[in-house]
Amino acid sequence: MIDAREAITRAHHGEWARVVASLAKRFGDLDIAEEAAAEAFATAVERWPADGIPPNPGAWLTTTANRKAIDRLRRESRRDVKHREALMLSDDDPPEPLGVIDDDRLRLIFTCCHPALAMEARVALTLRMVGGLNMPEIARGFLVQESTMGQRITRAKRKIATARIPYRVPSAGDLPARITGVLAVLFLVFNEGYLATGPETDPMRPDLTAEAIRLTRLLRALLPDDGEVAGLLALMLLTEARRTARVSSGGELVILGEQDRGVWDDALIEEGHRLVRERLDAGAAPGRYQLLAAINAVHTDARHARDTDWSQVVALYDQLVRLDPSPIVALNRAIAVAELEGPGAALATIDGLCDALNGYHALHAARADLLRRLGRRAESRAAYERAIALAGNTAEVAYLSRRRDELG
Amino acid sequence: MQYLVSVIDDKTNSGTPEEALAIDEFNERLRTGGHWVFAAGLADPSTATVIDGRGEEPVLTDGPFIESKEHIAGFWIIDAPDLDVALALMAEGSKACNRRVEVRPFLVPEA
Repeated sequence: MIDAREAITRAHHGEWARVVASLAKRFGDLDIAEEAAAEAFATAVERWPADGIPPNPGAWLTTTANRKAIDRLRRESRRDVKHREALMLSDDDPPEPLGVIDDDRLRLIFTCCHPALAMEARVALTLRMVGGLNMPEIARGFLVQESTMGQRITRAKRKIATARIPYRVPSAGDLPARITGVLAVLFLVFNEGYLATGPETDPMRPDLTAEAIRLTRLLRALLPDDGEVAGLLALMLLTEARRTARVSSGGELVILGEQDRGVWDDALIEEGHRLVRERLDAGAAPGRYQLLAAINAVHTDARHARDTDWSQVVALYDQLVRLDPSPIVALNRAIAVAELEGPGAALATIDGLCDALNGYHALHAARADLLRRLGRRAESRAAYERAIALAGNTAEVAYLSRRRDELG
Repeated sequence: MQYLVSVIDDKTNSGTPEEALAIDEFNERLRTGGHWVFAAGLADPSTATVIDGRGEEPVLTDGPFIESKEHIAGFWIIDAPDLDVALALMAEGSKACNRRVEVRPFLVPEA
């Protein structure tokens, strides 16, 4: 028998998005949906310990939230209720095209990640509405004031209502581009947890990476045939699997080649590899996230760093460059090339990227490492200095500083 | 739901005959689709007059209310069921007039 607290936590994880999504559909208003869902969970916290856990917690929460929403509408002026009813009646959804899965939670995700909203608003709104995180949690995750985060969410909700951003799954033609937009939001949340920025903060925020994975799993359940959704989930799992090995007890970044592979999370790796294999079997041309996942699968396949199949990694980067010829991809490819052809070849490529990526710490960190391996100590030191000045992650700064000091 | 679509320009009288033709064709599509409400081009912002009639005597100021590098060169008012439809239409509109446009919803009166 689980206790009420545990049941509420579980219901919050499993049912929050469903409750908000069904209310948003019924009342056509995210604000009402969010407030009523929050009230329903608060009521559960009060009632369940005394009255016992309802046999169907999800249905209980939805019913309670619906009642709360209707109460609120009644409290507001009668005219306003009429107006809302009229809005709801005239706002019938066009029939969904065949083949597109319809789920209220999917509508909710697409609305929160709408391209007409600023990226930071999409992130905040998705974590609140779909993830169920509260304002202090979201503010803490992104190191902004709670009031700032609150305004961001309020403004986004107002724009959705006033500009009438629709609450529906995009048509089949728009779907791929819109899914890409959703994945960008989820990946940003993950990265902020994995490579947290800001001085004097934890180098990693596992609550954010866990939330990003949870939301991506939800998206995968809703869109099981989408290759890029599977790819992003695999990428996150294979990255998260290395999390504990990635920062030393002294708070210093441990680079991939020096990590203790024995502490990698085998279950996450296995799940990630399974997804990568599934996409290979599908035989469709892989997108960006699938390629990044495949690269991470090669790394996590190697028992020791020296067993890494670098030619495979470079071949995957070659494919990625064809999809995305950005200088950042070229930089990562060059870092892999260094392992295959030596630091000299890679340095020539990276030097060519200096103009485009001058403000990017990873470029200078990679240059510093290659120059060090080539015995060009003074230049290496200068590159480390530049990388340290630009790096925002505390563990990375600690690692780069030690490497610089070891140059003597 | 109506949206005001402002055409953003940094020059005045800069439209070309090709653009005018493309805009005519686009307007025809708006009419056929039932999205057309109104559209017009605006004269040079330097021809504007700001008037403040809140005092006893109206105060006139020569020129636009805000000086900026860019100005509104014209506008559409369109009717669309939601922002996705409005944005899809005005992506075409932007192409037709060969300028960036701003899509802004009308305030819906309370009841």
